[in-house]
Amino acid sequence: MTTQNLENMQVVYQHPESLLDINTHYCPGCTHGVAHRLVAEVIDEMGLRDNSIGVASVGCSVFTYNYFDFDFVQAPHGRAPAMATGIKRVHPDKVVLTYQGDGDMISIGTGEIIHAAARGENITVIFINNSNYGMTGGQMAPTTLPGQKTTSSPKGRDVEQVGFPIRSCELLATLDGAGYIARRSLHDPKNIRLAKKAIRTAFETQVRGLGFSMVELLSTCPTNWHLSPTKAIKWLEDNMIPYYPLGDYKVHPALKDLKF
Amino acid sequence: MSRELWKGNEAIAEAAVRAGLQAYFGYPITPQTEALEYLSARLPELGRVFLQAESELGAINMVYGAACAGARTMTTTSSPGTSLMMEGLSYIAGTEVPMVLVDVVRGGPGLGNIAPAQGDYNQMVHGGGHGDYHPIVLAPASIQETIDTVYEMFDIADKYRTIGVVMVDGSIGQMMEPVTLPPMKEVRKIWPDWSASAAQGKRERNVLTSIYLDPKEEEITNLRLMKTWQQIEKNEVRYKEYFMDDAKFAVVGFGSAGRVALSAVRAARAEGIPVGLFRPISLNPFPRQKILEYTSKLSGFFVVEMNSGMMLDDVILASQSRIPVEYYGRMGGVMPFPDEILREIRLLHTNGWKTEGHPRDRWLAKLETIVKEEM
Repeated sequence: MTTQNLENMQVVYQHPESLLDINTHYCPGCTHGVAHRLVAEVIDEMGLRDNSIGVASVGCSVFTYNYFDFDFVQAPHGRAPAMATGIKRVHPDKVVLTYQGDGDMISIGTGEIIHAAARGENITVIFINNSNYGMTGGQMAPTTLPGQKTTSSPKGRDVEQVGFPIRSCELLATLDGAGYIARRSLHDPKNIRLAKKAIRTAFETQVRGLGFSMVELLSTCPTNWHLSPTKAIKWLEDNMIPYYPLGDYKVHPALKDLKF
Repeated sequence: MSRELWKGNEAIAEAAVRAGLQAYFGYPITPQTEALEYLSARLPELGRVFLQAESELGAINMVYGAACAGARTMTTTSSPGTSLMMEGLSYIAGTEVPMVLVDVVRGGPGLGNIAPAQGDYNQMVHGGGHGDYHPIVLAPASIQETIDTVYEMFDIADKYRTIGVVMVDGSIGQMMEPVTLPPMKEVRKIWPDWSASAAQGKRERNVLTSIYLDPKEEEITNLRLMKTWQQIEKNEVRYKEYFMDDAKFAVVGFGSAGRVALSAVRAARAEGIPVGLFRPISLNPFPRQKILEYTSKLSGFFVVEMNSGMMLDDVILASQSRIPVEYYGRMGGVMPFPDEILREIRLLHTNGWKTEGHPRDRWLAKLETIVKEEM
């Protein structure tokens, strides 16, 4: 390699500034790491790192604040949207995000997320849906698929007994306060790229003051699904996507001509 | 400064505004709602934050967020609301961020009623939320004292980065009295260096959390909280004494019960009974040293409350059982009349102190008859 060649080289891929260069506690094959990276890349690209305040939730993402390199608080279980509301109302000029799992956001935190969206709270929610309670060892969540075995639905989720999963995007998209609601998946490179665009759109929604934004990311949980990382990806594709269709569920008209 | 007639709940709200309240989050609940209503108009006109939350859970966590964000923040609620807020209070305590909570106590347990009571004493004073923490709890007895307490509580909460609870009962929230309001303080313009307010290139990032997975780290946090609490115990004990100089025995009562007791004590003095009134204002830290000192001067304590004798336990503990303690209280939103307390004072003066059994049992036996007679 000549000096000339080096001078012509461009950095096209590097560790995002918004993500600390440390090992995470996430299990091998878990897509939390991908989600973290995408959020960090978007925050870097938009130049928001120094102006951002994150709200961690309870669940596997409880230690999110250890990985993102900006101001962070850690909310009680399910209450991240309420805490984010308090922060955003005090600092309307700053970017406020929550990072929540499915048990946190759509089980114990159902009230907080619905009302934050209904108020058009100008915050961004990154919602990780891996169809179970990961941190506590794989119990049934509101997102657990019909028939899916978990440690608290050992014979498979019986919808006759415990009801049906909740589709969060579809639910929140009915609220007028929502500016951008989208579901993406992290199971392959193409979808990861689409997920990043959605995350970018969500933060653009907030920066432009267009209301509540949420991106649901279908994610793997190899440990609690008792699958290898590759089989977990296949399981997500075959089982979760049919139940949780990917797509945009609410797009504020002012976002429609956004290009990146 | 002019005297004005103010309703308690609105006075609480205006005192907070003048203390520099920047962000208020609340939920309607009687007998506190006028504070929320007042602030819904007052804060926006000053360009400050008012938000009606979806629940008390929402409200306390919005306060938690605003406190972490560095703002002077407050919520007001009443008993069932405080139960919902206990989760948030524990987190706020564990994160060591300052906030003010006003609890306008009503009758309970359960949905209870909307009448004045003091049944939240144990919940507020002895914690309520999970884990190891101690909120400051001040219990004023008039609207003026409530205004002054709320006004000062923001500084106290900031000083120790702790929870400041102002506990009053529904009568203080609902009644009107002539008061003097304090001057308007400027709102904070520079965010505290510990706050999650975005670093903006000016400092290292801040992380505010109440999680310490390593028990040894958690214990260090507990130790820091306790050292702060020791400072609070040293500096923030408050009480008021009436006719105590030459008293042979003392009524002990806080808040409205203390105020009703004062009428009874005055009447008893007019009859020549050498009784005084000791009115704790700081329920936490409790004026235990003062109580202990009085045991060498007095023949006994007569505790009066609007609950089943919650502070009674703390008085017995503080007195180290050196002198007898008697109790009289009403519950469920019933306020005692001065006559009832005066009757008990006369009995103690004439018959002396009983020591067999527990004062709560003696009172309950008596109360059963009283309640039947009143029906």
